[in-house]
Amino acid sequence: MSTEEEIDVHGDVSIDQLDLAAELPGSGRTATPEIAEYATRLGDDALILSQQLGWWISRAPELEEDLALGNIALDLLGHARAFLNFAGTASNRDEDEMAFMRDEPEFFNCWLVEQPGNEFGSMLARQLYFSAYQVQLYTALEHSADESLAAIGAKARREVTYHLDHAVMWTLRLAGGTDESRRRLIVALEDMWPYVEELFIDDELTNSLDGIAIRPSSLRAGFDETLAAVFAEAGLELPMARPAATGGRQGRHSTPFGYILAEMQWLARRHPGAKW
Amino acid sequence: MSTPGEMGTEDWPLWEVFIRANRGLSHVHVGSLHAPDAEMALRNARDLYTRRNEGISIWVVEATAVTTSDPDRKGEFFESPAGKNYRHAIYYTRAEGVKHL
Repeated sequence: MSTEEEIDVHGDVSIDQLDLAAELPGSGRTATPEIAEYATRLGDDALILSQQLGWWISRAPELEEDLALGNIALDLLGHARAFLNFAGTASNRDEDEMAFMRDEPEFFNCWLVEQPGNEFGSMLARQLYFSAYQVQLYTALEHSADESLAAIGAKARREVTYHLDHAVMWTLRLAGGTDESRRRLIVALEDMWPYVEELFIDDELTNSLDGIAIRPSSLRAGFDETLAAVFAEAGLELPMARPAATGGRQGRHSTPFGYILAEMQWLARRHPGAKW
Repeated sequence: MSTPGEMGTEDWPLWEVFIRANRGLSHVHVGSLHAPDAEMALRNARDLYTRRNEGISIWVVEATAVTTSDPDRKGEFFESPAGKNYRHAIYYTRAEGVKHL
């Protein structure tokens, strides 16, 4: 790698000039298989949501919103890279292999992030729920006993706080906008709600990593408090829809997931080792 | 960004964005954007104009609130300072004995 002086980071740089791994928080350590599995869950959540948000580039109602969603997607991609880079150290895989060479049952993301959000309201409902959860998660992860997870949590917490702010701003505006915007928002919030439950389910892995992983159930109270405040300000009732069947943490996924993976992975698989 | 007035459906007003790069510097005009209201304008400005650490403070002003000088009349508008070099400090020599200047 060249020294910093030789690279103009704002100029015409080739991606290979920058040591990508070195800029990732929490890099340089090796994960145990259990910690790697936990990091993979968090990384997959961020990666898939990032991929989903990418769909919105050029499709948002205004260029300004294209940029906002693109920035959020890139923040999430940064978190995914850090988690997957760290997780990959347990099995000697790099971040690209983790992202592009695993098959569907080897992904451990929750179902919420793989739900279609190709309507502004659905995308927003997904962002609102998931950002509210991530703020709780990373605020706690910052104090993990594992220093890599703690470093990633510290960096990610501040970014997802902005993501939540962005989602809250839109929720308030669509709720208080026209009859049509309010109606569509309510439908979207109701439709995404069944996938919230999965975020807060403890299992053997999270129980066994006491002090390192964050017990999902411990994040529920803070999440509920955040949502209650937003819904109250927007003059909305909390959704009543019952939890959906899920299984993302065990590698079982919903129908849309295969299409998301195919689009995300085809280039890297068709041209292994391709550079750009 | 679409040209204002070009689209019939356009209803977001235009905002002018000012960014301050560092403590001690002043806010500098960097461009404009569309947003439904001031709070969203501030966030859009953050997303459009501070992606590479450009600033630590942002002002947004609705474009209609800015009164501009007429570019077609800049000749007469800015004629007066010409030929008045004595308004520049460098025009003067320092008097003997003046300290701290």
